[in-house]
Amino acid sequence: MIVFDIKRYAINDGPGIRTTIFFKGCPLRCVWCHNPESWRPQPEWLFKAKKCIGCNTCGIYPNQLEVIRTMNEESSFYDCPTLALELCGKEWSAEELLEEVEKERDIMRDSGGGVTLSGGEPLRQVGPQFLHLLRELGKRGIHRAVDTTLYASADTVSAVAAEADLFLVDLKVMDPEKHRRYTGVSNERILDNLRLLARLGTPYQIRIPLIVGVNADEENIEKTAQFILSLGTSSSGSSVQQPTVALLPYHEMGRDKHARRGTTYNPEGIELSTPSDAAIERCIQQFANHGIKASIGG
Amino acid sequence: MSNEQPSSLSTLLPHREGQGGGSAFSIKHPANEGGMNERIKRLRQENFDTPTTLSIERALIETEFYKQNYGTMPIAVLRARNFYEICKKKTIYIGKDELIVGERGPVPKAVPTFPELTCHSVEDLHTLDTRELQSYHISQEDIDTYEREVIPYWAGKTQRERIFNHVSKEWEEAYHAGVFTEFMEQRAAGHTAMDGKMYHIGLLDLKERIQKKIDSLDFIYDPEATDKQQELEAMAISCDAAILFAERHAELADKMAAQESDPQRKKELEKIADVCRWVPAHAPRDLWEAIQMYWFVHLGTVTELNGWDSMNPGHLDQHLFPFYQKGVEEGTLTRDQAKELISCLWIKFNNQPAPPKVGVTALESGTYNDFTNINIGGVDRNGNSAANEVSYIILEIQEELHELQPGLSIHIAENTPDDFLLEGIKVIRQGHGYPSVFNPDTYVKEMTRAGKSLEDAREGGCSGCIEVGAFGKEAYLLTGYLNTPKILEITLHNGIDPETGKKLGLETGDPRSFKTFEELYDAWHKQMVYFVNLKLSVNNYIERMFSLYAPATFLSLFIDDCIEKGKDYYSGGARYNTTYIQCTGLGTITDCFTTLKKHVFEDQRYTMDEILEACRNNWEHEEVMRAYIRNHTPFFGNDDEYADSIAVRVYDDLVDAIEGRPNTRGGQTHLNMLSTTCHNYFGSVCGATPNGRFAHFAISDGTSPAHGSDSHGPTAVVKSLGKLDQTKSGGTLLNVRFVPNLLKREEDMRKLGHLIRTYFRHGGHHIQFNIVDTATLLDAQKHPDQYRDLLVRVAGYSDYFNDMTEQLQNEIIARTENEEV
Repeated sequence: MIVFDIKRYAINDGPGIRTTIFFKGCPLRCVWCHNPESWRPQPEWLFKAKKCIGCNTCGIYPNQLEVIRTMNEESSFYDCPTLALELCGKEWSAEELLEEVEKERDIMRDSGGGVTLSGGEPLRQVGPQFLHLLRELGKRGIHRAVDTTLYASADTVSAVAAEADLFLVDLKVMDPEKHRRYTGVSNERILDNLRLLARLGTPYQIRIPLIVGVNADEENIEKTAQFILSLGTSSSGSSVQQPTVALLPYHEMGRDKHARRGTTYNPEGIELSTPSDAAIERCIQQFANHGIKASIGG
Repeated sequence: MSNEQPSSLSTLLPHREGQGGGSAFSIKHPANEGGMNERIKRLRQENFDTPTTLSIERALIETEFYKQNYGTMPIAVLRARNFYEICKKKTIYIGKDELIVGERGPVPKAVPTFPELTCHSVEDLHTLDTRELQSYHISQEDIDTYEREVIPYWAGKTQRERIFNHVSKEWEEAYHAGVFTEFMEQRAAGHTAMDGKMYHIGLLDLKERIQKKIDSLDFIYDPEATDKQQELEAMAISCDAAILFAERHAELADKMAAQESDPQRKKELEKIADVCRWVPAHAPRDLWEAIQMYWFVHLGTVTELNGWDSMNPGHLDQHLFPFYQKGVEEGTLTRDQAKELISCLWIKFNNQPAPPKVGVTALESGTYNDFTNINIGGVDRNGNSAANEVSYIILEIQEELHELQPGLSIHIAENTPDDFLLEGIKVIRQGHGYPSVFNPDTYVKEMTRAGKSLEDAREGGCSGCIEVGAFGKEAYLLTGYLNTPKILEITLHNGIDPETGKKLGLETGDPRSFKTFEELYDAWHKQMVYFVNLKLSVNNYIERMFSLYAPATFLSLFIDDCIEKGKDYYSGGARYNTTYIQCTGLGTITDCFTTLKKHVFEDQRYTMDEILEACRNNWEHEEVMRAYIRNHTPFFGNDDEYADSIAVRVYDDLVDAIEGRPNTRGGQTHLNMLSTTCHNYFGSVCGATPNGRFAHFAISDGTSPAHGSDSHGPTAVVKSLGKLDQTKSGGTLLNVRFVPNLLKREEDMRKLGHLIRTYFRHGGHHIQFNIVDTATLLDAQKHPDQYRDLLVRVAGYSDYFNDMTEQLQNEIIARTENEEV
């Protein structure tokens, strides 16, 4: 499995204190994405220009950005003294990841936390190793959350749902056309999979990256709320709880990341902006009117 | 206390008045929703508006007394009568809004001097008057008087001179080079915290007990009977002195009451007079008397000698709660009244700046703080959770007044309610640097391991900074800091200190000839043991000088078993007698070791010579090597076994070198890992170090990772620290930086609570949080290397503050600014 970051003391990726594992590779190309280095499934070199001191230990100064996009790595890249050049993504086995998770076991237990598999799109890497990781975490009593776009096959979702304790599902925008425009894919599959999750009875939380210009409008919130309600009613068992909604106000942190890989943030210049406190409050209220509890943050 | 000691007065003063509307701190009890009442607001303002001054009154009374009486009576009696004389003659002050009365100087924030310990020169006084760091104003007239009346008498007779005239050249050179410091060269030992006995027994009762002890002395078979008699008589005189001091306050209050036109204030003054006539002679009967009792004992102790540091009420919430409860039950006291009275005590603490130092240290140390650290929560004598309503009141007061003094710590044992921890975290979240958080489950083990009874250990806690003691039963003297990275620097130069060019240590070999890391480590170990021994040899001498020349006959009244043994606090009278050496720089030295181990001995990427040369040149023209070391070395604080195992080894070896040496009081030496602000001073005397640290930059504080060394988040830090067997220490110190963003929601604060609990389950002794402000983030933009620990947490997002572009950082800073309260 290719993992590009492991974050300890993650407090916004599910309940309690968590270790978040970021899987590399994503089928979506959200224009606002804050982890674009996660898009390509393969490891890639990133270049943080402000850290470079021009020592040319890498041997490709000052053309790092051009070279890392076109050339295979050189061993000298690893010696970059300042880590201006840094490899993003490396192969991890389930056992290696478990060892990393174990380091935080106590605080996970004490805080009601656990592990969050994030990305990228973690469901892209579902295979024997991935499922082994999930099962082993389960055996050890560690809470498992999957932070996903749900852009995957129904089989994959079912397989993971059988092992995961919580899904954190991004519901970006309800209009299929808009969804395609902003993320590169249609939301049909995503919505289907959400219905599937609801049927399976797997707990999930809806997360909305709240962006003025994309999805913070009343119409989209209305549709989103309706959709969420329809999930509740379509569930067979009465045990399915009304899901909660986390609003993640838009930020521009992705801009930085694009620069590191020599790509352009929001190349078409689509208008994206952070909702005001009042706008967020309005969304929360709108959800509340439907009996859905929404709040800021993860 | 905070490691980031404020260095100028302007940073000490709060910038806001009352409670900001955006405060995340909610006052639990709406009755006093406005926070401070009008009286407390006025007293607090007055405190801030009053300049810090030096008072020569104490020195004049004392000098006159010594001139007439020195040599005519035993030293213990001389000291007690000197104290009596001060209590009899010093100016009595009662401020116009005060309920709790008494000042160390003639007016608030007037600091007396203690020429019998160290006598300020005219030059010192001018420096103190004008220096930029915390200045102590003194008039030219007073300086002239001091020069005429005080200075000539004490020439050659001060403790400081006794010490410096005695020490060896080796000690003095190591001292001046900053290998270690000496606490007691110009102040008395402090770190004195009280147990609950003064709330049950008055000075008249103690006098009776003393008399019985004198009557039972055996002058035939007890060869120490004469010494005991002198000490006990001196203790009795000290009781009289404090009673007289209180009586003089009663007289002044009566006089003021007679002239007072406001009937309300008149009543208050009459009550003050009643209280001062009752305590400290008798045991207090209500909350007001209990607080005044403590305050008179506090003043007595800091008037008798200038204990460095921390005269401390200890577990104040436990001591005051019975009075609070009784008052509320009887209907004679409301919660707001209790809060007002305790607030008055808080103002009193802040009215007592620490006596300033002399000589170079007057320049180097801007210390204003007397390090009183109130302990709340924790456990009682039987191990039960002790948090009570007064604990919550104190948290509210601390937050509302947010003064420099007193310090506050919350004590979180396994059985402490989460609710109390959360309320404490809400105050931490405000970003004033307190309360710090202690773990009774660990420090009780530390104390029982050092031979204290379980119950005495539970009644103990942390006095000034992080050091532990059995409150009211132990004389634990902190003697000075040991600069462990400096010792490595000397080792790397074969015994020579490159900063002074002097040979200070042993010749342990040219490090360039070392073939293995073990050779290097052994060399450092030999040097370390040598310097520990050098320091200890003088510690014992100093202890004797205090016993012989500066017994604390008033303080001894309140420390078990001084009366019972007929011995002074400084002569082994206490039930437990500990001598601490505080070791500093664990993070820095560990990182130096891992650097050399990995890059010189294992990977052979660099030679020892190359690294030493780079250090000599302060990394000039070696930025690449320095960057490589900073980014490609396992450092302490990342839950990385490579580095952590070395930290554990260094720590264990320090314990072995220090622990268990006999002191002169029948006790033993122990280690603790405190640094106060000394890591700045120690850094300033230390050249560049192999871990990429620039010359004269601060070394790491306490047991914290070196600045910029930890980059895996706070859980990794606490895991690394948890690998040290902290029960072998008398305290460790961990500072963790947090951006306010991480403590936004109550949920986040609960998570911080879990972090604390987890650390404590791993045996952590202490943790405190610096909630970083905008200024810190701006500094982090400029010096990214020092701030690799700054976490930014956004849902589903992966990055470090340091890796962000300036623009993005500015956004985070702007957001932090919004969230600052």
